[in-house]
Amino acid sequence: MTRSKATSIRWTQVLAVAAAAIVSIAACGGSTSGGSTANQPPTANMKPLASIGAGEGRLNLIAWEGYTDASWTDPFTQQTGCKVNAKYAGSSDEMVTLMANGGGGQYDMVSASGDADLRLIYAGDVRPMNTALIPDWSNFQPQFKSPSFNTINGVHYGISLQWGPNTLLYDTTKFPTAPTSWSVIYDSKYSGLVTVPDNPIQIADAALYLMKHQSSLKITDPYELTQPQFDAAIALLKQQRPLIKKYWGLASQEISLFQNGDVVVGAAWPYQTSTLKAANAHVNDTIPSEGATGWADTWMLATKAPHPNCAYLWTKYISTPKVQAQQAINYGETPVNSKACTEMDAIQAGSCAQYHADAPASYFNTIKFWKTPIATCDDGSQRCLPYSKWQLGWTSVTA
Amino acid sequence: MAANAVLRPRAPTGWARAQALVWRRPWLRASLLLTPPLAWFLVVYLASLALLLVTAFWRINSFTTAIERVWNLDNFQTLATDATYRTIIARTVGMAALVTITDALLAFPFAYYMARLASRRAQTLLFAAVLLPLWASYIARVYSWILILAHNGVLNWSLLAVHLPAANIGYTNVAMWLVFSYVWLPFMIIPTYAALERIPESLLEAAADLGARRLRSVSDVVVPLALPGLVAGSIFTFSLTLGDYITPILVGGAGSSFIGNVAYSNVGIANNVPFAAALATVPVAIMAVYLLGAKRLGAFEAL
Amino acid sequence: MEGRLARLGLQAWSALVLLFLFFPILLILFYAFNSSNVESWPIAGISVKWFAVTWNDPEVRAALFLSLQAGLTATALALLLGSLAAFGVHRLAFFGRDFVSLLFVLPLALPGIITGMALNAFFNFNGLSLSIWTIVVGHTTFCIVVVYNNVLARLRRTQGSLVEAAMDLGANGWRAFRDVTLPLISTAVVAGAMLAFALSFDEVIVTTFTAGAQNTLPLWIFGAIRFGQRLPEVNVVVSFVILVTIVPVVIAARLTGGEGVARMQAGGRN
Repeated sequence: MTRSKATSIRWTQVLAVAAAAIVSIAACGGSTSGGSTANQPPTANMKPLASIGAGEGRLNLIAWEGYTDASWTDPFTQQTGCKVNAKYAGSSDEMVTLMANGGGGQYDMVSASGDADLRLIYAGDVRPMNTALIPDWSNFQPQFKSPSFNTINGVHYGISLQWGPNTLLYDTTKFPTAPTSWSVIYDSKYSGLVTVPDNPIQIADAALYLMKHQSSLKITDPYELTQPQFDAAIALLKQQRPLIKKYWGLASQEISLFQNGDVVVGAAWPYQTSTLKAANAHVNDTIPSEGATGWADTWMLATKAPHPNCAYLWTKYISTPKVQAQQAINYGETPVNSKACTEMDAIQAGSCAQYHADAPASYFNTIKFWKTPIATCDDGSQRCLPYSKWQLGWTSVTA
Repeated sequence: MAANAVLRPRAPTGWARAQALVWRRPWLRASLLLTPPLAWFLVVYLASLALLLVTAFWRINSFTTAIERVWNLDNFQTLATDATYRTIIARTVGMAALVTITDALLAFPFAYYMARLASRRAQTLLFAAVLLPLWASYIARVYSWILILAHNGVLNWSLLAVHLPAANIGYTNVAMWLVFSYVWLPFMIIPTYAALERIPESLLEAAADLGARRLRSVSDVVVPLALPGLVAGSIFTFSLTLGDYITPILVGGAGSSFIGNVAYSNVGIANNVPFAAALATVPVAIMAVYLLGAKRLGAFEAL
Repeated sequence: MEGRLARLGLQAWSALVLLFLFFPILLILFYAFNSSNVESWPIAGISVKWFAVTWNDPEVRAALFLSLQAGLTATALALLLGSLAAFGVHRLAFFGRDFVSLLFVLPLALPGIITGMALNAFFNFNGLSLSIWTIVVGHTTFCIVVVYNNVLARLRRTQGSLVEAAMDLGANGWRAFRDVTLPLISTAVVAGAMLAFALSFDEVIVTTFTAGAQNTLPLWIFGAIRFGQRLPEVNVVVSFVILVTIVPVVIAARLTGGEGVARMQAGGRN
């Protein structure tokens, strides 16, 4: 807690910039915030590695389920001698907590999503990275080279990885054609047959739905909700609760729920779809007309990473077109490396187009990327509800 | 050194004298022996508990989640006023009580059979059978119930095979009740068996001689003597259910959060340790009352 | 003195309880042979491939090794501290005795999540980085009581006069301990050590809060379950552990007879 105290002091100084930076993601997803150097993140002046040295033989990662599949970690270990040790986290919050726990020093890297990145950067838990050491960085899609969620004042706090939508997963025996609206997960017809993630950020999914179906609420951004908008989203979720068989916390739970016929429809990650399909389950997924929430992930380097060379070797490896393609197909997401397209089609014909790796810009705009809700709304007012209120609201729905 | 000791047989005298000194003064002996374990508990365990209690009166910065050492009662106020937490606490305590009663009912006849009717050999084997599940991963044992209770699981498959309607108890509180009763059952059987085994045969014979019928001798003689064992077991089944969060995560449905889940998600996910610490005072208070009651019933002798 | 009917009823009840205890475990053994890595009933197909996969999985080996290491260290520490405490308290009817007993039983009687959170806060507060040693500290804390209870119970039952007799015959305190007390309590010590190790080996909750990047076997199992693609490996590992422990558990049950093992009850912690 000595450490916490220190960071809290730093925080009082950087809070405003952090808030501005987070808002800027919402605004356009492109512009970098122009904070003054006095309000730099705590690690801004740390010199990134100039060259990659010999691997330390080990690499401790905090990752989403499915991000450290043996099909690409084993070759990596063979090539570099770095043994990969992965700890899976089920939410961005969990990643942030794991990285902060014990003052850091346990983990080397985290595959953080946009809603965790700035929290990690401004808490000083991650450090600048040298893009010159990642040859494939120059091949990244332009919007992922220096996105505002991992690059501040031109300093890169991580290397973009993959991105994708949260999808609607359904049982094809119950839905011969794909549902076109998220309304199916709020429909009492499927009472006791629905599953959604056990995660406060799920409130944004309800808000996204209300954005299209209750225009009087005037929701413009599902992550920026004023009290009446928030209350409407919570009311919708409370109304949904009797329909829920289980709020899933682990990806494998949703897989098991669909496989065993306990549910017929639910909110999911593409990972569940690909695993279920591989097991010949009757499922498919879709992005309904309302659009979807989603994520853009970044490999970030821990400030006290015990194995920085292995971390760079890993980032370099995971950015290559072939591994990018492997992960994209395995998980069902879109690679940031523009050269991954041909590799994807080589592994599975048509997969490049299927996952939009060829034309990302228009697809990119249909996804509302995860970010941390804060009190400051886009218009600069303080009427929005911060994430701590989201957590309390979510507990009141699910408990 | 060893050679020296042989050459100078009188050398250990001082040591022997010290030994005798310590031996003759039980207080000295006790304090010498007790210092290391008590120091361990004081420095590690009690200090940790005290710190946790103090943390409950702090708060976190709502944006950065860094702990701010500002004294306040907000956490306790939230606990007291928010109906959500009352529901969760009531659910947890209710389940712990139900599981404890279920396990006592399951365990008593089994332990009775083990202690008083089974042959020596069978006794050993039954005992090993009760201990063995403790070695099979607790998480894996809980997980296997998902396969049993799922919609297309073993249970419904068997029911359908004999033309019975499907039982849809997967991911419900009923499922949690079953699984909790299952995983903690050995902890109830073992102390109950130990208590039953200690009842002298002569006592039962005396009861029979005095004309007590079988059932009465069981209810009047055996049950009171086995009670400390049952209560000792109940401490474990109750406390283990009270603090668990893995069973609700794996087999619970919507609305299955326990105190443990809220505490765990506040520490491991939301990084709100102060609130989790405030919530933790609830099971601590409940167990304090429980332990006092258990002590009155003589359960500590049976521990 | 029980009637035939009552006897039959008790027998049937016991059989049902055994079935209840072992059916899920049999299911785990059965699913170790599942050919698919998504578990559903009935089984997709029979395969032994997961045994080879598990055997060659370095993560499983590392986790098993860490669990053994942490378990053995914690057991050794608990043996030392628990026995010292039992000898210290034994034959002393002082007022603090109840306090000591209550103190030692607290980590088992309070929910594990309390112990885990408290230790986690303590380590963070002191700036101690989480490692195998923080795991060992946590495990030792709740294992001490098991050894303490076993040894104390045996000491209460052994005749203090035997030790006095030995000393009257000229044995010094150490010799009396080595030649008289130690043989009398040895099975209780073995029973306590076995249970302490068992508790440590399968502990999840306290470990979750005291482990850093390293995985003990139960933490690996939880990770594998949440990941979902390695469920068959979990079944193989659990089957392996059960098969390996059957013999020692039966031997311990026999060795310590009714009494010694019966005192192993204090095994509360998962």
